[in-house]
Amino acid sequence: MKTYVVRRLLALLPVALVVATVAFVLMHLAPGDPASVIAGPDASRDDVQRIEKQLGLDAPMPVQLVRWYGRLVRGDLGQSIFLRKPVTDAILDRVEPTLLLTLFAIAISVAIGVPAGVIAARYHDTTTDQVLMVIALLGVSIPNFLLGLLFILFFSVWLGWFPVAGYSPLEYGWLKTLRSLVLPAFALGLVQSALIARIARSSMLDILREQYITAGRAKGLAERAVIYKHALKNAMIPTVTIIGISFAILISGAVVVETVFNIPGLGRLIISAVLRRDYPVIQGVVLCIAGLYMLINLAVDLSYLVFDPRVKYQ
Amino acid sequence: MSVIALPRPDAARPAARPRWLVLLTRRKTTMVGAGLMVLMLALGVLAPVIAGNPGHMDVAGRLAAPGRAHWFGTDDVGRDVWSRVVYGARLSLLVGVAVVVLSFVVGVACGTVAGYYRRLDNLVMRVMDGLMAFPAIVLAIALMAALGPSVINVIVAIAVVYSPRVARVVRGSVLVIRETAYVEAARALGASDLTLLARHVLPNCLSPVIVQGSFVFAAAVLTEAALSFLGVGVPPYIPSWGVILAEGRLYIQQAPWLVLYPGLAIMLTIFGLNLFGDGLRDLLDPKIRGLATERQRAA
Repeated sequence: MKTYVVRRLLALLPVALVVATVAFVLMHLAPGDPASVIAGPDASRDDVQRIEKQLGLDAPMPVQLVRWYGRLVRGDLGQSIFLRKPVTDAILDRVEPTLLLTLFAIAISVAIGVPAGVIAARYHDTTTDQVLMVIALLGVSIPNFLLGLLFILFFSVWLGWFPVAGYSPLEYGWLKTLRSLVLPAFALGLVQSALIARIARSSMLDILREQYITAGRAKGLAERAVIYKHALKNAMIPTVTIIGISFAILISGAVVVETVFNIPGLGRLIISAVLRRDYPVIQGVVLCIAGLYMLINLAVDLSYLVFDPRVKYQ
Repeated sequence: MSVIALPRPDAARPAARPRWLVLLTRRKTTMVGAGLMVLMLALGVLAPVIAGNPGHMDVAGRLAAPGRAHWFGTDDVGRDVWSRVVYGARLSLLVGVAVVVLSFVVGVACGTVAGYYRRLDNLVMRVMDGLMAFPAIVLAIALMAALGPSVINVIVAIAVVYSPRVARVVRGSVLVIRETAYVEAARALGASDLTLLARHVLPNCLSPVIVQGSFVFAAAVLTEAALSFLGVGVPPYIPSWGVILAEGRLYIQQAPWLVLYPGLAIMLTIFGLNLFGDGLRDLLDPKIRGLATERQRAA
């Protein structure tokens, strides 16, 4: 098992290398060099050249790439052109709302998705099942930003229950924060709960066909005991996987939903950076999210070891 | 034993409709999905006939509620929302089809090379893994930052995001099929690599790829809408569902129709594609029903 963990960690290295390279290449594909963006439209050629030299942009590409790896290893993502501070600081300033929003959304999606899937499986091929699954498919079909807009329309504009947009940071009290995140978290979480419900249902159905379920029924166990004690536990293995993957999906979903609700998180940071052509920030946020994504996927893979004793790795 | 493996005689069943059509139309949900897709296709293709000029401004009639003159109302500069939604369908269709074609060309090529030529496998798949390590929308945003706003760039960016996903599916099938007896037989008969690939390997890994197609289409429509909504997709003068939503968001209190109608269009399109895709999946590969594709879609 230990060797498996080590091997999985090692396998991450080439992927991380490709990720870092892609991030580097992306920003060098961009038309117009960063130096003239920093210098502004009125800068003279000399100014641009001076900045180029300052940033090391005059070095040949391979040299720049190697320097880029070196800086990444030291955790240095460079300076923001527009914000005039290190990119890592800019990211740390914005990470709180994005993480809270994601966690809130995951809680909602699990709380709704798992029971819905289990109920649909238990009443397989009945109206309950069909209605739940059509709702779930509808849920999968609504983009989160659209659901967010509809929520604003219904709950904020028409009913006036929630603030239209905005975010209250933790330092002003967590209750206010929670309130400001209810609508965005539901917009994100509901869509994901539909996916979780579909997975929970199909893995539950697979389990219900197993022999030990028939055996349980044959020895006279109540249907409730069969479903909730024997089947549910085993159906949770693929479901836990999908919850982990959902976490990764939701982080990137948060990037979009933040714009709908004007939440100053990583999503707003990257979008405003794109509009201002603040390349180091774009690069930094993209790398940061990709890194999180990779780590979560790793955690999901490793979680099999804990959740499923049948899975053996050499 | 060998008798069982023989194909059933064909004469027994009426030849009126091909088998795949019967199977595909058997489920009502698949038909609903197909219906929605045809509707969107019709809207997109007939746009110049059934809708006015989506860019025509009538400032005097701005933010008019839906009525006889303007079925879906007008926006903040008096443009007809119905026309914009219909032309938005046209753009979504264009982006969807172009992304499917482009990501399939790239994905099938990379997947085949990786699956068939084992020496290149590691290299190609590492690059694909690296691209897939980025969440889809985040990579698309970064690509748009590098490429700049235009319809072509949106298509390229989304295709780059989804090609690796297609490649992975193709590679998986090629790996299985290249080991089958009939491929070995063909090779023994002296078929070249190209013939083997084109005549024996690729046609047999098509079904999972086709299933993937409807989901890539849906993902492309969604991603385009999201990018344009965020302001980093198509330029704002092009009517796109995402652009209409982004503009409508500012007037959500006075003019909810600016959000409702393009929203409905997105929902119905994706819903139709998902229904149809599910039907197609159950028809083409009953083996991988459920988990495998769900997980694939999630990723």
